Amino acid sequence: MSSYKHLIVAALSLGAISVFTPLAAQCAAVPDSVTLNQNGTLYKPFDFNHAKHIQQLKECAGCHHHTTGTLVLDPDCARCHQNSSPTAVVSCKGCHSAQPFSPETLAEKHADKQRYHKDKMGLKGAMHQNCIGCHQKEGAGPVGCQECHTRTEAGEAFNSSSRLGAKPAHAKKH
Amino acid sequence: MKRRNFLKACLIGGTTIAMGKTNKGWASGSFEGYPESMGVLVDTTRCIGCRSCEAACNKEQKLPEPDTSFDDKSVFEEPRRPTAKAYTVVNQYEKEKPGGPVYRKVQCNHCNEPACLTSCFVNAYTKTKEGAVIYNSKVCVGCRNCMIACPFNVPGYDYESVTNPVIKKCILCYDTRLKVGKPPACVDICPQEALTFGHRADLIKIAHERIRSNPDRYLDHVYGEKEVGGTSWLYLSGTEFDKIGFDPSLSNDPIISNVKDFLGMVPMVLSIWPALFSGIHLLSKHESGGEGHDTESKEEEP
Ligand code: SF4
Ligand code: SF4
Ligand code: SF4
Repeated sequence: MSSYKHLIVAALSLGAISVFTPLAAQCAAVPDSVTLNQNGTLYKPFDFNHAKHIQQLKECAGCHHHTTGTLVLDPDCARCHQNSSPTAVVSCKGCHSAQPFSPETLAEKHADKQRYHKDKMGLKGAMHQNCIGCHQKEGAGPVGCQECHTRTEAGEAFNSSSRLGAKPAHAKKH
Repeated sequence: MKRRNFLKACLIGGTTIAMGKTNKGWASGSFEGYPESMGVLVDTTRCIGCRSCEAACNKEQKLPEPDTSFDDKSVFEEPRRPTAKAYTVVNQYEKEKPGGPVYRKVQCNHCNEPACLTSCFVNAYTKTKEGAVIYNSKVCVGCRNCMIACPFNVPGYDYESVTNPVIKKCILCYDTRLKVGKPPACVDICPQEALTFGHRADLIKIAHERIRSNPDRYLDHVYGEKEVGGTSWLYLSGTEFDKIGFDPSLSNDPIISNVKDFLGMVPMVLSIWPALFSGIHLLSKHESGGEGHDTESKEEEP
């Protein structure tokens, strides 16, 4: 089934999937846990507890907005997209670029005067705002960096954390 | 000779401004000088005060290690300003308010018509076509006029290296990134995309579009679009700008007011010059003598 395949591909592109369990009734299959491993060199990958979020939120579109077979909910988007069919993209990465400010992207945006969605958020911003924004609104869930992300040694050095007595990376060179 | 150059520079500056004003009364100061200008839109409603941008700037610009780590949230107790050791700082406001706290990143705003540049009589400052206001330490004489002239209180004075360079401030990562089209280090690291990099003209459209589609979230004002003739760094806020550390008294007129103030200052500058030079001379002698000096707090007095 193609939509199922899409889901796996999309989930895989988001991160490695640890466990597959059919959970929410309306979805074909969803991962219980998603490993987010796009944290660069400063933070270690971490396991996002997908199952827990499904239980608490019930509605997939709360995070995946118009992507998981739900029509657009946001009234602003609905003005144009009321009759748009839901997209098959599940992962944030499917729409939000990991390099939103690359010279190519900026030149393209600058040249296209007709473009309406000039302000589409990059991947990192989209994910953090989705998570932190909701945690702030609900007054529950982590909002600090290290509550989710464990730092690598490089990350500690980058922040010159005195706890490890680490120097900034560039200071070591001299 | 230097004095003549200096007066000439003021005159040229004055003429440019006068022309700009007569031609474009409706958009004072936003002369079409830098069509390729890039910029950064700071959305203070997105900033979470993580200070990652400070850490990234520190590394990118090879600045000295900070006094405490970038995790240290106690720095938020007092508002800070950029210094020679920290080209950017994040400050906290409205901590007692229900919607608060609000965070705001501070750095050089890369003015379209920079007061630092106009006030510098040895032409140590350059406004590049990409919008960055950069600084050449080789010609700087350390007079600190730019520190006085900057309406945003930005340039910092490096007391440690008395010889070169003396003035330090955000350069929009010009050498390492902007020149080759890459976003600044602080923008790159920001987890919340509180910082949006792009063509200044596009950023202004994006900013107004954010306000239009979310009127409850934002005040209907893009700070830096017109202030002091426009700046490359632009700000959106949900809180009155004066409550998050912006100077509400700055007009849209570019440096003209600053030039006026500055011209009034000229005799003073010229008369304190010799004093400054001998001071610097003494300091450099002190330095070469191998003794470190630790007079920062005293020197800081205006
Ligand atoms: S903010 Fe200050 S230092 Fe930066 S360009 Fe403007 S006048 Fe110069
Ligand atoms: S643009 Fe570059 S120099 Fe300026 S604050 Fe950001 S990282 Fe620092
Ligand atoms: S990195 Fe972004 S969110 Fe963090 S303090 Fe800087 S501007 Fe704010």
